Amino acid sequence: MNQLTLNHYLLASGLLFSLGFAGVMLRRNIITIFMCLELMLNAANLSLVAFSRFHVGADGLPNYNAQVLVFFIITVAAAEVALGLAIIVALYRARQTTHVEDIQSLKF
Amino acid sequence: MSPILFWVFSALMLAFGVSVILNRDPVASALSLVASFLCLSALFVGLDAFFIGVIQVLVYAGAVMVLFLFIIMLLDLRAEKRRRFNKLALVGGSVVTALFVGGLLQVLSVFPAGAQTFPALGVSKIDDVKQVGITIFTRFNLPFQTVGVLVLVASVGVIVLSRRQLK
Repeated sequence: MNQLTLNHYLLASGLLFSLGFAGVMLRRNIITIFMCLELMLNAANLSLVAFSRFHVGADGLPNYNAQVLVFFIITVAAAEVALGLAIIVALYRARQTTHVEDIQSLKF
Repeated sequence: MSPILFWVFSALMLAFGVSVILNRDPVASALSLVASFLCLSALFVGLDAFFIGVIQVLVYAGAVMVLFLFIIMLLDLRAEKRRRFNKLALVGGSVVTALFVGGLLQVLSVFPAGAQTFPALGVSKIDDVKQVGITIFTRFNLPFQTVGVLVLVASVGVIVLSRRQLK
């Protein structure tokens, strides 16, 4: 266990993703669900950065395309958080709840 | 990256991730998420991605989580703490998550490129801010400007959504 491999990073990233996934499935508070979505996005970022570092090109540098993709993901996630929280506030103003089981107007 | 640092920070990151799920109090969940993101940025720095590590701390642990805490305080969510877990959702969610972890372990056990160790860098000092900047402004210039338009649209959308409705 004294040599780190790419699999170590992919395993950490996959476990973080499954934690976020479990949170989305188990929790019923809409804000906690939203936080677990952020956890899943960051797990994807970790595996992208790990792939970037383990893919050294001919110039002896890591592959920076993956890091640029992580930069874009962080930007889009920030915009998504701002919009999602605005929607949650509008929902709370209309229904006085943040619990997903209380919001079932569209349920068949 | 030193293996000890990797084990410490990934264990802390996963422990705080568990704490995000298990805490009933949304404020405690949000603070655990901040701690998890800080450990994740330490892993980024260990992977020689200093720029990504810095914007992880600034944007995620700073701006995004402050926004989360602000909304949690604004909505006053104390009543939500008394709710119990739904039994069916608990069983179903655990089974699906366990299946996902099993699939992940199986894929990683047969992934040939996963066994490689850290490749040596060809340079003595890494200038990753310069390299990321060059990549963004040459190869990914159009996507970069498109993301700028997306952020503009998102901020206009937030203003429209949070405006008080006029009767």
